[in-house]
Amino acid sequence: MTAPPMLEVKDLHAFYGRAHILHGISLEARAGEVVALLGRNGAGKSTAMKAIMGLVPPARGEVSFAGQRIERLPPYRIARLGLGYVPEERRIFTELSVMENLEVGRQAARAGVPLWTEDKLFALFPNLARMRERPGGRMSGGEQQMLTIARTLMGNPSCVLLDEPSEGLAPIIVEEMAHSIRALKGEGMSVILCEQNLHFALGVADRAYIIEKGQIRFGGSMAELAANDSLREQYLSV
Amino acid sequence: MSHAILQVEGLHKAFGGVQAVADVSFAVSAGEMLALIGPNGAGKSTCFNMLNGQLTPDSGIVRLEGRDIVGLRPRAIWRLGVGRTFQITATFASLSVRENVQMALYSHAGRLRSLLSRFGAAFAREADALLDQVGMLDQAERTCGVLAYGDLKRVELAIALANEPRLLLMDEPTAGMAPKERVALMELTARLARARNIAVLFTEHDMDVVFTQADRIIVLDRGVLIAGGTPPEVRANPNVRAVYLGSAH
Amino acid sequence: MTLASILIQLLNGLAAAASLFLVSAGLSLIFGVTRIVNFAHGSLYMLGLYGAYSLIEFFGRTPLGFWGAVVLAALAVGLVGVLIEVLVLRRIYRAPELFQLLATFAVVLVIKDIALFTWGAEDLVGPRAPGLSMAVEIMGRRIPAYDLVLIAIGPVVLGLVWLLLTRTRWGALVRAATQDREMVGALGVDQAKLFTSVFFVGSVLAGLGGALQIPREPANLELDLAIIADAFVVTVVGGLGSIGGAFLAAIIIGVAKAFCIGIGTVTWFGFEVSFSKLTLVVEFLIMALVLVVRPYGLLGKPQAAQRAAEPAPRLQVPSWTFALVWLALLALVPLFADRYTTILLTDIVCFALFSVSLHFIMGPAGMVSFGHAAYFGIGAYAAGLLMKRFGLPMEAALLLAPLVAGLFAIVYGWFCVRLSGVYLAMLTLAFAQISWSIVFQWDSVTGGSNGVFGVWPSPWLADKTTYYYLALVLCGAGIVFLWRVLFSPFGYALRAGRDSPLRAEAIGIDLRGFQWAAFVLVGALAGLAGAVYAFSKGSISPSSISIAQSTDGLIMVLLGGVETLTGPVVGAAIFTWLRDVVARNTEFWRAVMGGVILLIVLLFPQGLVGGLKALVARWREQRA
Repeated sequence: MTAPPMLEVKDLHAFYGRAHILHGISLEARAGEVVALLGRNGAGKSTAMKAIMGLVPPARGEVSFAGQRIERLPPYRIARLGLGYVPEERRIFTELSVMENLEVGRQAARAGVPLWTEDKLFALFPNLARMRERPGGRMSGGEQQMLTIARTLMGNPSCVLLDEPSEGLAPIIVEEMAHSIRALKGEGMSVILCEQNLHFALGVADRAYIIEKGQIRFGGSMAELAANDSLREQYLSV
Repeated sequence: MSHAILQVEGLHKAFGGVQAVADVSFAVSAGEMLALIGPNGAGKSTCFNMLNGQLTPDSGIVRLEGRDIVGLRPRAIWRLGVGRTFQITATFASLSVRENVQMALYSHAGRLRSLLSRFGAAFAREADALLDQVGMLDQAERTCGVLAYGDLKRVELAIALANEPRLLLMDEPTAGMAPKERVALMELTARLARARNIAVLFTEHDMDVVFTQADRIIVLDRGVLIAGGTPPEVRANPNVRAVYLGSAH
Repeated sequence: MTLASILIQLLNGLAAAASLFLVSAGLSLIFGVTRIVNFAHGSLYMLGLYGAYSLIEFFGRTPLGFWGAVVLAALAVGLVGVLIEVLVLRRIYRAPELFQLLATFAVVLVIKDIALFTWGAEDLVGPRAPGLSMAVEIMGRRIPAYDLVLIAIGPVVLGLVWLLLTRTRWGALVRAATQDREMVGALGVDQAKLFTSVFFVGSVLAGLGGALQIPREPANLELDLAIIADAFVVTVVGGLGSIGGAFLAAIIIGVAKAFCIGIGTVTWFGFEVSFSKLTLVVEFLIMALVLVVRPYGLLGKPQAAQRAAEPAPRLQVPSWTFALVWLALLALVPLFADRYTTILLTDIVCFALFSVSLHFIMGPAGMVSFGHAAYFGIGAYAAGLLMKRFGLPMEAALLLAPLVAGLFAIVYGWFCVRLSGVYLAMLTLAFAQISWSIVFQWDSVTGGSNGVFGVWPSPWLADKTTYYYLALVLCGAGIVFLWRVLFSPFGYALRAGRDSPLRAEAIGIDLRGFQWAAFVLVGALAGLAGAVYAFSKGSISPSSISIAQSTDGLIMVLLGGVETLTGPVVGAAIFTWLRDVVARNTEFWRAVMGGVILLIVLLFPQGLVGGLKALVARWREQRA
């Protein structure tokens, strides 16, 4: 018998302005699982995350998280249920220090979920520990990416949506990022990440979905995906 | 190789004591595609903005066809024959695609000051010809505000070509586009540049685009040019591999 | 000036700065987080004064009664702020910025009449602070002890606000939301609660600023717009969103004003220069100066670009036949209507041109003006004065008046086009207020508060119906002209510059030059509207140049809808007609107008014409 999925999306539709971006996507993520959402730029990956998070109101479909329907909830209620969101553009509070950025993300402890403290986060992202009082605006892109993840973790999420965590980062930082994501999985957290970098996804994810023109075209294990050249050629063109 | 359209010598810029760009020199020839690459924060944008007039260098020379353009405003530089596309597309969202291009044509002809004639009567054919070249003619009537991102990039290219430029400055021209579209856009750019003998300088993150489309590549790291040459030369350069491409490539 | 008198003026200035700082800090805080320019903030200050007055009467004039009343009044005003936020603003956070502005205008109207109803129209002079009514002698001069307390309160509140913002979780949330409120929401913070709390704190500061003034200033109904103009100046000089900047600016302005009063009239090179008359203008001069040198204020930073601003819609070319049919219909009205209706129609026609000219600049040209009445009023005064003081024939005065308004627009516009967004809007307000002050104070020429009388048209135009036709022809021509310009290359260039200044510059458009020209153009046409209006009324008063007149214009445009061409005309007609009808039936016409506007804002967030179009579109869709 399997436990119900941590996050389950059924037939989700979403619009961006007038453009119909998501045409009924369905996916799920189980506790402690890393799931990659792959696809070209503009395929609808970011919109899918925003729709799950309530930042783009879903037009139709169901989203369940930890056994609760969330598709009609405002973003802050969703976040308070333990679903964390790390945006692609990072959206660091540039005027606030590292510590203050973390403070904004802080939420009460959640039963059954590891409690994150500043010290624990600094152990995961040692770079941040050296710049506690530095304003977010005076950090490099890689440091900001660490901070935006750390900020979301301060909410003690049981599941995190990571939008393009490797984009625009130097290869060395990308490797650190992969390490951090595996560490989160080690803590029992579910992670859903949007990626264009297949190489990166192969290194961290258990399963993958391929999204193309707002629809899911493939769902399966990373091994299946790695073995299927035509699939990759068709939808990811790498 | 033909003559240099853009010549940059000893460009310097510091922000509050931090050297952002130091002693950068390079040249772009007519019909050539030159890629400027480097990690985030290497000074690419600073460098770019000193060429287009948005920033004034602390020292150094920027020559467009032999003429010093340091200190000129962006619109003056445009009048000398420099077309631009932006990292985040900048078009006139409430105007139609055709009107966007016509706006550049009217401006080029110095005909925007009329108060009573009807805009859009002139340059319609010229605008359509440009839109045809970038493959946007079928969407000429649509409002720019509703276009897909990749299409906006092509509109930008058409606008940039409207003043018969000698030099195109393209800041991350393919950011936000699908991989296949990216190569297509840059192939189109290269074709137009060669046909019209335009020099093209572009920054780019997508290495596939850079290595397939650029004639030459220069690499910036922490404000300093660390390498330059043809794609195979740059790819083989150990300095470049260390700071930028890393082990993944 | 002696050292002693310099010190005294300095202390006077610092005392005056205290309240100014409190109000401005509140305004700045609220704007930072909610991005709403809260015109009703001045009304909250006014309520603070009235509230303190009544509470002191209730508690008795003891030190405890006084200070208890001040604190309680501030807290009560905080609750009023919460009420405004919860009942009105919370419902329209997603509406366009300008519509939120309209809602706050409506709140101003409603609060003014509530104050009128509760406290009456007479000025209420409050008591001096019990226990502090004596004067302290400093260097041989006497200064009220209460002023010294005020001087201390400013820095104390600054310190408290600073601690609140930098040392508490609430402060971190507020500063984070100032930058990116959507992200704050996605991190689990309830924005609605945060906004409400910010409104509470900001309103308490406004209320406290008002309550503390009770020993210095009588409570009266004009304070709301007067203080909001001051507070705008302070926040803009200091830098929007910067509390420290607001403090600095309040001190600079408070002290500058005090010195102007202190210096009085001085003779320089045989010229008498009245510094005390400068007091009304000096803050605006400081603001104009600061903004030209530091466009984001002394301690301000460029505002973060607002994400996901809806692009402006395409403008529909007006149907000229439609316009002609309307003109013809309007021309026929006097055949059936009585004299009263004809006069009302003349007003409507004037305000329609005023409103269309404002729409031109704030819609297609993208420059919101809070001080458009400047040009309307200057046009009116120019017409009157050219005739009365220079003896020009009425016809010549009428035609020259727009040129005078245009000349002022050349000067004001030169400064304004250097800025954008809220800063630009506030600078326009500053220039309007400067113009008002000059008109108000220059008794010998402008008639001061009485205005100019006997500004009647030539005999051949004296008949109300004839004059209506003149107004219809001139204003109608002005409107058609402006509409036409919108579709000319010039008009397109303006729209292009509004859509993307970056791209406009990159294709060689001298955007500032175009915007400046647009400023002058609409200034001249607003001046025409003012001149036609002046001759229809026969007199001109300073109110034609006031903030209230400017906000009337904004209400007309926003009521009709900024996204359509006909909107401003419809807005002008409905507003003018409604005000006339309501004012004839109740003393509290403002509250009724405010209520109507609030209803419209809550029901049609795209303006009347935009809302009707959406309704029609939905109806057609259902039929299809």
